[in-house]
Amino acid sequence: MRAIADIHRTGKVFDTAEAAVADIADGSTIAIGGFAGPGTPYNLMRALRDQGARDLTIISNTVGTAHQPRPPDVTTFVESGQAKKVICTFAGANRPTEIIPFTRFHEAGEVEAEVVAMGTLAERLRAAGNGIPAFYTPTGVGTALAEGREVRTIDGRDYLYERALPADIALIRAWKADTAGNLVFRLAQRNFNPLMAMAAKLTIAEVEEPILPAGALDPDQIHCPGLFVHRMIQVPATPEGLWFFRRKERVQ
Amino acid sequence: MSALHAAAAVAVDHAPAKSADRIGWSRQQMADRCAQEFQEGWLVNLGIGIPTLCANTDIGGRQVIYHAENGVIGCGPLEPGAEDDPNLVNAGGFNIGLKPGAAIVDHALSFGIIRSGRVDVTVLGAYEVACNGDFANWLLPPAIGGTVGGAMDLAVGAKRVFAVLEHTQRDGSPRLLPRCGLPLTATGVVQLVCTNYGLFQPVGQGFRVRDLAPGISLEFVSAATGCALFTT
Repeated sequence: MRAIADIHRTGKVFDTAEAAVADIADGSTIAIGGFAGPGTPYNLMRALRDQGARDLTIISNTVGTAHQPRPPDVTTFVESGQAKKVICTFAGANRPTEIIPFTRFHEAGEVEAEVVAMGTLAERLRAAGNGIPAFYTPTGVGTALAEGREVRTIDGRDYLYERALPADIALIRAWKADTAGNLVFRLAQRNFNPLMAMAAKLTIAEVEEPILPAGALDPDQIHCPGLFVHRMIQVPATPEGLWFFRRKERVQ
Repeated sequence: MSALHAAAAVAVDHAPAKSADRIGWSRQQMADRCAQEFQEGWLVNLGIGIPTLCANTDIGGRQVIYHAENGVIGCGPLEPGAEDDPNLVNAGGFNIGLKPGAAIVDHALSFGIIRSGRVDVTVLGAYEVACNGDFANWLLPPAIGGTVGGAMDLAVGAKRVFAVLEHTQRDGSPRLLPRCGLPLTATGVVQLVCTNYGLFQPVGQGFRVRDLAPGISLEFVSAATGCALFTT
């Protein structure tokens, strides 16, 4: 762990992604937001890879894809030897004909993967952020994910017991922010991000628009209150900053 | 937001399959056939792959609302045009537009909508479907890991589950079976199956044939199916 006392910051706003992640400790559980691009904190992820914290448990929707060019993804931390475990909903290729970079490490036993249904992952994060230790869900009953797990019958229907999923750190991406840490997401950028912010002890957000003075955002339009956001950086313009790109659907 | 709402015309090919090794319906036609089942006012969730193409289908005057698991309620067509926003994607990560009246929510609320039974139908890709309504779409052993995504939540939460898949594997072996051999996504939930050969309904002892693609005979599809087919 490195000291951050000498790092330039103004309240919650840090000068760089490197400064914002400098003191993330070995062994941390890190929730990383984003879904298929929107809301993914690429710049904080790159900075965490460079920072080098090890023995990480990473919570994220997917471990990464086979698409090129490849932005920072969860597999980045597996390749760098930083991640010992991932908790995710996709731990393989979407198409059986594809092989994702993660699989080689997974098959070699170099990383553990806990696969969770997506709604269950979201609800476990939500529960952690809302003071709920566990819940029952109908999702996964009768599947391999239910093996060895408590099933409870309520009003004649079977439900799986699921525990809340707290994190030490959340890395997220937002569209707009003010210096109080209030965040606004754009469109499908929201996804897991506010849930992870609430589930974590320390939330670091990268923000696309210039961070505004407190009071500049309409309090009625805040998606994630600054209460849950402890550090922010502004995403630099390309090529220094990482942004994402679009893909097209295959029709035939 | 106005540019997003202006769902630009998209060239979508609804023609039959062209490639030489493919018979029956094309991917878009499979989606089109599924979408014909959507009723007025339904909240429709589209899974990754062929199901996303249902959003391109003209279903006459019927109004449905498309829900994407990543929190988009009121999706418009794929690839809405040059002025689309890279932050607006569907479950498969592809750019979409928004319909007037759309709303965006986080993942917990999106799956709350699903588990609470508000989704009228989910259309999901599948590897195998059994005539008892079981289906498998997340793991192909000996591969490890798997791609559960939102399928298990959708399968138990939606009022109806439609499965879309190629009728056979590449070696010709059937994907419509008495019982699934692959790890299950959910048990007893599939109500309708659309393949490149036709539209089928699991009825316990087999599948009832609802529709056949042009040029596909009952004899041909029976030989390619792992259990009994019924026509009544």
